[in-house]
Amino acid sequence: MAGLADGADGRDMTTQSLTAQRRAAWRSYRDQLAKSTARTLSRRRFVSQMMIGLTFLAALIAVLPLTLIVFHLLRQGLSSVNLDFFTHMPKPTGDVGGGMANAIVGTGMLVLIASVLGLPVGIFAGLYLAEQRGARLATVVRFLSDVLNGLPSIVLGIFAWGLLVRPFRHFSALAGGMALAAMMIPLVTRTTEEMIRLVPVSMREAALALGYTKWRTSLSIVLRTAMPGIVTGALLAVARIAGETAPLIFTAFGNSFWSVSPTQPIAALPMQIYFYATAPYDDWHAQAWAGALVLLGLVLVISVAARFATRSRAGLGSD
Amino acid sequence: MPLRTEAHVDAAPVTEAPSPQTQASAPEVLAVDALDAYFGAARVVRDVSFTVQRGQVTAIIGPSGCGKSTLLRCLNRMHETVPGARVEGEVRFQGKDIYGPSVSAIGVRRHIGMVFQRPTPFPTMSIRDNVSAGLKILPRNERPSRRETDDLVERALRRTALWDEVHDRLGTNATALSGGQQQRLCVARALATSPTVLLLDEPTASLDPISTQRIEELVYELRAEVTIIIVTHNMQQAARISDRTAFMLSGELVEYAPTNVLFTTPRDPRTDAYVTGRFG
Repeated sequence: MAGLADGADGRDMTTQSLTAQRRAAWRSYRDQLAKSTARTLSRRRFVSQMMIGLTFLAALIAVLPLTLIVFHLLRQGLSSVNLDFFTHMPKPTGDVGGGMANAIVGTGMLVLIASVLGLPVGIFAGLYLAEQRGARLATVVRFLSDVLNGLPSIVLGIFAWGLLVRPFRHFSALAGGMALAAMMIPLVTRTTEEMIRLVPVSMREAALALGYTKWRTSLSIVLRTAMPGIVTGALLAVARIAGETAPLIFTAFGNSFWSVSPTQPIAALPMQIYFYATAPYDDWHAQAWAGALVLLGLVLVISVAARFATRSRAGLGSD
Repeated sequence: MPLRTEAHVDAAPVTEAPSPQTQASAPEVLAVDALDAYFGAARVVRDVSFTVQRGQVTAIIGPSGCGKSTLLRCLNRMHETVPGARVEGEVRFQGKDIYGPSVSAIGVRRHIGMVFQRPTPFPTMSIRDNVSAGLKILPRNERPSRRETDDLVERALRRTALWDEVHDRLGTNATALSGGQQQRLCVARALATSPTVLLLDEPTASLDPISTQRIEELVYELRAEVTIIIVTHNMQQAARISDRTAFMLSGELVEYAPTNVLFTTPRDPRTDAYVTGRFG
């Protein structure tokens, strides 16, 4: 840069040329900046578009299996789903027709037994974990229930067989329901805990400040506020166990006859599907497709119901 | 409205000061003696002693984190509900130490009600059930009948000036109310059981100016029936609605004096610095 001018004459000149120089420098800097900004901007836009495209593709792939399954099942199974399928018993081998009435009712029985046993335990265990979150026992229980959650269902089935079937030398619906309950408990426990944790501490404090005892606060304020979320979790757990096969093979065993007795072996849709699909008869294959479609429909209905239960979560959403 | 104006804050000559004589003769309803409160090892309230007279409004002011909310929560044994929290010293309610060996926290809280910073209506309950929530849990021999409950609910809602706004929709969910209405509902809920003392923990911190004004009017009107202790961030609010003010700093009670004295001629230079806005 030019030095300081000495003398009044030179100062004007120098100042002028300095200003001109600076202006030129500024212009070129600005142009360059504009150019490089434009370049970075277009590159950023490109990268952004690409990433959006990739995530969209991944999302598409994520829902692809379900879409394919639904279409495939509809194509293969719809023709065999009729009133007979719901109201009739399986026909003997060789006879065409019949239905899976016993398996549908059997699945209902098993889910009922599992829910009666599993839901109270799961909900109260979740309440315990949420209310005693710091306790060492709570940490252990939380970890163990996560492990149980990830346990392969076949392992659970064998365990249930050893505990509930072998000593009595008898397969039973009760044993099947218990095996399913064991699957259900950790699921319900964890979702209940999460839902209860969403209830603001201020709600709990408001109840305590009114003179509520601790247990009363837990039951009539906290649990009640979290209830819609807990119902959602329970429904999703039901949907999950309704389709389980492995724990039932060793416990409920299946039954080609009508039975609703908890002490007798009982039929279940997923097992029936498995038996029919692996049998060498075309008619049975068609029945298996129909059974799969009905099972899918059942699970979908429960999931949609769970959605509605979540939507009615009073008051919690706004905060 | 008979609400006092900001006159206390800036005007030096105070005209309507509560006379010291009546204060001295008023029976004390709460006496705090050498109170320490801890969160784990942290001592957040340090050796605080003061007394509260029946029928007065006491304000607790101080900068954030000075322990004023904790002090308030010690007065109805809410402090101990936080894991790791503990209290030392005495709080005598009508002469009896609420931390005494045979005293239950539940009983204390039934006589010393509390309203929090954010409105906390129970979202699963109707407006009516919210107000009667504290009545339903009373011991069987004290629990009001359905008819009496209706009367008590109406009375509580009238005292909080909510009745005209909600009387035709008592069965609807309480979360449908506005924030200011929800807060007044919480005051009504606390009043329904006729507590002797009402603790307000920054009750207007999350409200708009109009709702704030309504709560302040409410405090002014309730002073005849219930002794009120209010924690506030807002010095003008303390000046407007309280008879006595306590100034806290770093867990210590720096000064406790009639409100007009504390705001106009504080004895402690730290109080002076705070009320004139030099920090905080």
